[in-house]
This record gives sequence, C-alpha cells and structure tokens, in this order.
Amino acid sequence: MSTDTSAPPRIAVPRDAAPPRPAWHVLLVRPETMTLTLLVIGIFAGSLLSEFFLDINYILKSFTISAEFAIVALVLTMVIIAGEIDLSPAANMALSACLFAWAQDAGLGMPLAIAIGLGAGLLMGLFNGLMVIALQLPSIIVTIGTLILYRGLAQVIAGDKSIRVPEWYIGVDKIMVAGIPLPVVIFIGLSLVLGLVLGMTIFGRQIYLIGTNEEAAKHAGIRTRRIKMTLFLMMGLASAFAGLMTASRLGSVRYDLGLGGELQMVLMAMLGGTYIFGGRGTILGTFLAAWLLVIVSTGMIVANVLPAWQLCVLGVLLIVSIIATNFIYSRTQR
Amino acid sequence: MTTLAQIMRRREAGIALMIILFCLAVGAYKPQFLTLDSLRIILLLTPLIMIGAMGQMLVIVARHVDLSMGSMMALAAMASGMMFRYAPEVWWPLGFLLSIGVGMALGLINGLLVTAFRLPAIIVTLGTLNLYRGLTFIMSDAKQIDRQYVPSALKAMSQTSPILGIPWIIFMSFGVALLTCWFVMHTRIGRQIYALGSNPVAAPLRGIDVTRVTLIVFAISGALSGLAGIMYASRWGFVNPSNTGNGFEFQVIAAVVIGGVSINGGVGTVLGTVLGVILLGCVAAALPLLGIPGTTQNAIYGSVILVALMIDRLVRLQGQKRALTGARV
Amino acid sequence: MMADQPTPMLSARGISKQFAGVEVLSDVDLDLMPGEIHALLGENGAGKSTFAKIIAGVHRPTRGTLALNGAAVEVTNPIVAQRLGITLIHQEPISFPDLTVAENLVLGRQDGAPLSRVPWGRMEQDARRLMHLLGVEIDVTRTMRGLSIADQQMVEIARALASDSRLIIMDEPTAPLTPKEVATLFTIARRLRDEGRTIIFISHRLEEVRALCDRVTIFRDGAKVATDTIANLTDADIIRLMIGRPLKEYMHKVGTVIGDVALKVDGLGRAGLFRDISFTVRKGEIVGLGGLVGAGRTDVARALFGVAPADTGRIEVNGREVRIADPTEAIALGLAFVPEDRAQAGIFRSLSVEHNISAAVPGRIASRGIIRRALEKALAVQSVAKLSIRLATLRQPIGELSGGNQQKAILARWLLTDPQVLILDEPTRGIDIGVKAEFYDMIGQLAADGRAILLISSELPELLALCDRVLVMAEGRLTAELPRGVATQETIMQAAVPRSAPREAAA
Repeated sequence: MSTDTSAPPRIAVPRDAAPPRPAWHVLLVRPETMTLTLLVIGIFAGSLLSEFFLDINYILKSFTISAEFAIVALVLTMVIIAGEIDLSPAANMALSACLFAWAQDAGLGMPLAIAIGLGAGLLMGLFNGLMVIALQLPSIIVTIGTLILYRGLAQVIAGDKSIRVPEWYIGVDKIMVAGIPLPVVIFIGLSLVLGLVLGMTIFGRQIYLIGTNEEAAKHAGIRTRRIKMTLFLMMGLASAFAGLMTASRLGSVRYDLGLGGELQMVLMAMLGGTYIFGGRGTILGTFLAAWLLVIVSTGMIVANVLPAWQLCVLGVLLIVSIIATNFIYSRTQR
Repeated sequence: MTTLAQIMRRREAGIALMIILFCLAVGAYKPQFLTLDSLRIILLLTPLIMIGAMGQMLVIVARHVDLSMGSMMALAAMASGMMFRYAPEVWWPLGFLLSIGVGMALGLINGLLVTAFRLPAIIVTLGTLNLYRGLTFIMSDAKQIDRQYVPSALKAMSQTSPILGIPWIIFMSFGVALLTCWFVMHTRIGRQIYALGSNPVAAPLRGIDVTRVTLIVFAISGALSGLAGIMYASRWGFVNPSNTGNGFEFQVIAAVVIGGVSINGGVGTVLGTVLGVILLGCVAAALPLLGIPGTTQNAIYGSVILVALMIDRLVRLQGQKRALTGARV
Repeated sequence: MMADQPTPMLSARGISKQFAGVEVLSDVDLDLMPGEIHALLGENGAGKSTFAKIIAGVHRPTRGTLALNGAAVEVTNPIVAQRLGITLIHQEPISFPDLTVAENLVLGRQDGAPLSRVPWGRMEQDARRLMHLLGVEIDVTRTMRGLSIADQQMVEIARALASDSRLIIMDEPTAPLTPKEVATLFTIARRLRDEGRTIIFISHRLEEVRALCDRVTIFRDGAKVATDTIANLTDADIIRLMIGRPLKEYMHKVGTVIGDVALKVDGLGRAGLFRDISFTVRKGEIVGLGGLVGAGRTDVARALFGVAPADTGRIEVNGREVRIADPTEAIALGLAFVPEDRAQAGIFRSLSVEHNISAAVPGRIASRGIIRRALEKALAVQSVAKLSIRLATLRQPIGELSGGNQQKAILARWLLTDPQVLILDEPTRGIDIGVKAEFYDMIGQLAADGRAILLISSELPELLALCDRVLVMAEGRLTAELPRGVATQETIMQAAVPRSAPREAAA
C-alpha cells in the first residue's frame, strides 16, 4: 500500500490501473491524425494533378461552395458528441432561406426578412429539440421526419420557382477579408470560437460528459436537457445562417437549396473523427475534414471526374470514415 | 386490461376509419372522388410504395432503418433498362430477375456493413443512398432510358388488366403483400425477425442467429426495392438516373409508420402497412382534385411521419403507466 | 450422509468463478438429487446466484466440473443448457414481449429450415396443454406484453416443461409475487418434484424455503458452508450460518460529536417502489440503511437526490423544508450521492480521471464558464493524494483503473462539492478487502468532519462496524431502526427478511 501522500504516485501496481499509453500513442493514434494525413496526401496528389492546387486562392475559392455546410457541420459535431444527431439542417437551410426570400419579396424590408429567416431556423431547432427531449423520441428518426417536413414546407412556400434576392444582397462569397473570401473567414472564425467553447468551457466539457454517459451526467448534477436543447437551438440558428449565406451566394432561392447537404455535414463530422455513438470528437477534426472534402471534390472536378462519381466517393467515404474511427477508438480504449 | 394485440387491432381499425372519413370528406366536396375511376387512380399511385413498404416494414421491425431504398430502386431499374436498351433481343421478363437480383445484392451490402462492423444502419444507408445513386449515374452515363427501349409488354402490365380493369401491377403489389404476410406469420425466419426486434439482447440467448436475420432483412428490402424499380419502368415507361426513386424512401417510411410499425422494433403488421399505403395514396389522389398543388406532398409526408411518431410514443407511455400501476407495493 | 443415495441428477465439483480477478465463488461441491427441491440460501453476494448461473450456462466457471446423471458435461451457453434439460427462470423473466405466449414457449427449441412453416395450430395446442398441466389460465394466443410477472414466470416454467427440463432453477421467483401466486407456484413446484425433476430454489424468505424445500445449501462469501435437510436446521441456525463469518476488526470512526439534524425525511413514498419512509440523519452521524436487494433502499436514495423524485412526503435539509426535483438542486443543497451501479451512473468510462473527478464542480474549476486547467489539475492532484487513488496518470481514462480506484475517484468527485449530507449506496461493492478498509477509514473521517452520512449496504459487518444507527427496509417499508447497541447481524436480518404476509394490503 502506498505511503506516499504528498503527490499522486506515478507508478501503479498492475492491478490498480493499466499502464499509461506512451505519449506518442496518445498524440498520434487518433482520428484527427488520419484526417490530417489524408489532407496532406490529398494536397500532394492534387498538386500532381494540376498546378491549381498550389494556388491557395483557387482552394479558397473552391471552399466558398462548401463553407455553408462546413459551418453547420461544426455545430453538428457538438450535437453528435452529445450523443444525438440532426439530419434536418440542410432542409432547415432551404426553409429559412425560402422564408427569408419570400418575406423580402413581399416587401417586408431586409432586416425583418433576415430576422424571419433566422427566427424560423431557431424555431425549427426548437421543434427538433422538443420532439427529442420532451417526447424522448430518438433524434435520428425525428430529424428524418423534420428533414422531409422542412423541405416540404420550403416547397410549399417557393413552389417550383426560384425567388430572386436583391442585387446588393448577392455575392457574400465575393467579399474578401484580407484576401480571403468572407464565408471562409466566417468558417475559420466559428471554428476557433466553437473549438474554444468545446475545449475550454464548462458547456463544452458537459457536452462530452453527456455524450459519454448521460445517466452519470444527470447524477453529477448536469442539466442534460437544457444543454441538449441549447445544441438543437444552435443547430437551427447555424442552419438558418448558412441558408441565408447560400441565398446570397446563389442570388436566388429555390426549395432544393442545399439538397442532400446532410450527407456532407455528417460526412465532415465523421471524417473528422467524431464518434457516431457520442462522447468523442473535436472541432479541429471537423475543421480538417472540411478542407479534406473540398480538396477531394475540387480534385475530382479538376480531374474531370463525373459529378456522379463524387456522390459515390462521398458515400463510400462516409462508411469508411466511421469504420476507421470506430477502429481507432477501439484501439485506444481498453 | 387490453392487450397489445387489441391495441394494434384498434390501430388498424383506426387507420381504416381515417381512410373512410378522409374519402367521405373529400367526396362531399368533390363527388367524383368517390367513383370507381378515382379508386383506380388511387390504386395506381400505390403499387411501388406498397412493395417498398413491405421491405421497410421488415427492416424497421428488426430495429433498423433503410434509407437507401430509392437509390437501390433506381440502380436496379437502370440495370434492366440498360439490358432492354443494349440487348433488346433478351426475353423481357428477365428484367424482373435482373432488377430483383441487383436490388438484393445491394441490400446485402447494406446488411454486411451493418453486421460486420456493427454500424448504425441509418448512417450506413445514408452513405449507400448516395453511393448507389452515383453508381446509377455512372452506369447510365447520366442518360435516361427512354420509352422506346422499355418493352411494350412491360409497359402494358400497368395498363392491361386481367380482371375488373385493375392493372397487373396492382395485383402484383397485393401479391407481394400477401407473400410478406405469409412470410412474417408462418415462417420461422419471419417470426425471428419479430423476436429480434422485440428483444435484441435476449435473441441470441434463445439461439437466434442475429447476423443471419439482419442480412436477410436487408436483402429482402433490397430485392423489393429492385422489384419496385422494374415496376417503375413499367408504370412510367422510362428510367431516369436522377428522378427514379428520388425520395422513395421517405414515402415508404411515412407509409410504414402510419401503418403502426413501431420504430422501437418488434411491432408491425402487413395489414397496417397496407392501410398506411392506401391512406397515403388517397391523400396523393385527393390533392390535385382539391386544387392543392402537388408541391405540398412532401410537407404532408413529413408531418404524417412526425404525427405517427408522436402517437407511437403516446401509446408506449400509456403502456408503461399501466405496467407501473400494476407493479408491486 | 448421502452414500446410499442414487446417482445425483447434477454434481458440481470444485466450481470457482472469478470476475475481473476477484474470486466470487470458490470450490463449491454440490450434489442435487432427482426429485428434490433444493434451496440455495445466502446473503447478497454470497455466490448463490453466480453458482446457479454457472449451472445454467450464463457464466463459465473459472475452474471446476459439472456432471449430469454421472456424465461430465460442459455447459457453454444457455442454449446448450436448454438442450441438456437445464432451465434457469430469472426473477424478471426474459421474454419477447411482442410475440405470443405460445411462440415464447417454443422459440429457440425449433429446428428446421428458416422457411419451414410455423405450425401455429400444433404450437398453440401444445401451449394450451402445458398451461392446463400447470393449472394456470393464460390465453396462449395473446402477446407477452402486459402479462403479469407471475404469469411470465408460469410461461417460463411451461417452457422448461416443453423442453422436458429435468433441472429447473428458480432465482428468487417469489419476490414479485402475491401470496396467492406464491401458493400456485409452490403447488406446481411440488408437482414437478413428484415427477422426478430437480428444482433449485433461490430465496431470501426462510418460511418459504421451509414450506417448500427438502434440502438447503447455504453460501457465504463465495463458498458453500453447509448442506443439510431443512428439518435439521432451525431458523436461528440458518441465519447464523449465513452471516457467521468472524467480525473483522474494522477501524471504527473516531469519537465524533453528533450535532443537529442535517436530513429529515417524513412519510416519503413513490408509487410501486417504497412508502412511508421517515428518518433523520444528524451531523457527524453515520446512519446505515440495511435490507435485501430490491427492498427499495436505492429507490429512496434516488428520490432524496432527485434522480427519481418521490411523489409524497417531506424532506428537510438543515431544518428547512426543500423540494428536490433533480440532482442539480440536490447538489446545491449540499447533498451528494455515490450510486450503486458505478458503470451505469457513476463513471465516464472513456474520459480522463481528471475530468471524472471535476465533473460535479463546474463552479470550482471555472470562472465565468471558462475552465482553468491549472485549477482543475490542482484539485485532481489533491484528491488523488488525499484518497490515495492509485493510477498511472491523471490523463488516463478512468476505465483503465481498478474498481476500487474508480470508486475512490467518484468519492473524490463528491468530496469536492463539500457535501453536508453524503449518501453512499453500496460503496464497497466489488472492491478488494484492502481497499475496503481504506474506505471505512474515509467514511469514519468524513463523519468526524461533521458530515451526515447515509450508508446503504448489504454487508452486515460493514453496517455494524460503521453505523451509529441502522435502519432496515423490507419490501418498500422501514421495518426497524436499531441503535448501535441493539443492532446485531441477527436483528438486522430478522427485520430484513420479508414476512410475505399482508402483501395485498400494501398493493
């Protein structure tokens, strides 16, 4: 028995605790390493394919197309870490954007229209949250239902037409901040903020605790319902924001805005090493994964790969990334 | 005390009642809705969903979900379409075999991914939803299989009728429903699907081969999607890599959950699912008649799924409450 | 003693079982005769259930052999056990709630191709015949869901008969039953015995054992201590054999000053779990809460802590009436709760020890919501030193620690909240003897610091060594309050063993 009471004993009897993993193992055997490695390989392979890849401006320009999904994927990462999922954000983007475009088309004025769009996004998040938290339905099924519903409502509002937005509102992706397109700046900024929130605040810590063991989290006095609701609301707001950004980039709004985007968002989170069953993952991983996806899709465009192949690649990547992530986590957890 | 069987029976009666009330309400406003002709329209809207719903029902009863149905349907239909186009001399009924076979293979891939890597079916099928759709584009070179390539005998199945002016494909869809009914009620493997969904922890303790049952369920879901694919070619006379089967899984899931199949597994009947499909068909047929644009359809599917989920939850809560008050002390 | 007996139905030799290195069963030899009802008795954790589960193939023994009718057998899993004619009936029977009763009876026994027909007619006929044989009225075509526990047990028994089991193990079957249902069960059990089957009956209720069983085997601390004909033993003998281990010399708490009432509970109740619970715990006092598993002790603790709040009754903390709707409020009031099921409600398995320790004190490791790493680390280092938690590094996942050290980390988590009332639910379960002693020291020290402690434990020596008073619960009610001088293993056991008398009055 240890008589050392001044400091934690460093060496443990085998029965008391497993020996620590070596530092390199802790640092390197993690999904983010995989993402980073793939990113480097991607850039390298891409630069062999075309000199475009060494042009940072080209990459940044390509990123503006994915930036909206990437922004939502950051919040989605936190939702998945908390042990839930949201498949409705792309539909939320479409409905928020349609409501926004419809409102300003009806002459309500831009500030009000934006407020309506963002407010609608929040409401959609609230509805998801209520179904999951108050009715205790599984989020995965609820958000499939709301995915159809929100997209359907967008279709009801916009019909098959596209609603144009005012000329001056168009082109958020053309605004440059220090030579970087605004959507990319927003994405990087939000990554930093959410990365700090998740990594350094009590809110972030409690997200991990809930995702790891919700019952234990409740016993430790953590208000799990409140935190989950906050996440669903954040999700709604981020989606609406992304919807409005997409409207600006495209210059018009149709009900099929962001169609199929949930795949890309889930993919970014999974590829970044977020654990599908909750409790693990980082914003850094999703951040890297977003760039990786852009490199991959840009590479395919440069290489003249059919868009259809991109669908295949995304689908396969999703499945492979979960298998790989699960494998890595099973190796680090004894 | 009411048993669950009774609740389920009531549930099916409830759906039937909803169908009748809905039809009467629409009929009161537009009398032509209550004619035989409109019955034919309703029935013609349903066969594909009916077939898909049988597969999805089995998957959900086993506590999984299959989001890739629409893409499997497209890929399977495209396979037959390509055969019709490039090998028109082949006997056309082989298209059925080809589509069903392709669908089954795709479904097996889903099942293998779910069982071998212990992945959640919803994420796997979200991935294969896109993968299979992409493959459809690649295989077809993004070109539609036009009317002239689809054998007229195949197209005729949606028009000609053996009896009462009801086309072949409707009989086929009901045939599939009956077959499914027999499968789940009267075969060992069918009952094992319900056992697995009812208590997945206990299933292996009672000697149920969970991997095999899961594979079979996904394979059937794929095969039925394939069958729905070839029937799509019959019904519409073309196969389009982008439109065929797009959003099919959502219609199917809507029909299944309205039909009282519980997302918690173990519960669901063929009759309920068939009624769910018919209710959806009635709604779809009534919309144009009432002057409601077709664009509302998805919103209706979405709300219907959510309402069905809430009902399912409430039924369960009631059951729990009853169990608690019946407990000791 | 049994030299002139026929070949045993089942004979176990040297059965031992270790879980995670802890020996829970050691060298059990037992012969079961055909046509006998054999009781297994013992305190919670004495090893009787583990032994039963080994026979039924739920667990594999670490050492030892089983022989069935003289032939050695390997019971590798429950399906093999079923084939060998051994059926275990769980207290809460395993069933497929959405399938019919008749299907539940045959599931797993059917052979044949996957597509072969389910013979509904014959199946239901057989099921009806079995139900008739048992003399119970259950509609075999209805689903299992909604069937009472008693009826579900009958279905399990029918299952055993359907596969012609020769050995039927009933694990505390009577706990959830009404007296009438118990009577039916006993009639059936006797009939099965008369047919030459062997029944293992696990129960806490002595009078039931006396009424039903022929022979009894008593377990204590993972070993068999006695096997005898029931008639040869008095109740006092049995209780003594069950608890008769020498009282270990635990270090008892230093003399503490007992202060004001810290926690007062009055008429607490929650439908279906417990009722009419009233007691007080004073500052510096350790109050034990004894009783058998399932007596409702944990439910009371969960209600106090707001995990599953009570529907009736009052709670006072430090003389002020409070309402506790969730654990957050309980913590704010100075309560802390170390739950019984560590893996399920205690630890965050894949997270670091450090994060586990700081989980309940967000306010102490963060200012304005931002975690201060240095502060968190310092707190964790202090806790590790104070409770001598043995680990490799603070950053390793808590799942890599031994059970005792995990438990210390959870205790450390709660000590950081500086609780005035500490509820400990089986704090030393699954912990090595050496570490246990450390826990006892700690608990004594915590009381000496003026904290009120409610200690739930199934280990009588633990209660006796540590507690100033011992409350005893049975079947959802308080049955005794024993001051230090009066509490003995016998008095606690007397109060804890359900009298299975007026159950309907409580229902």
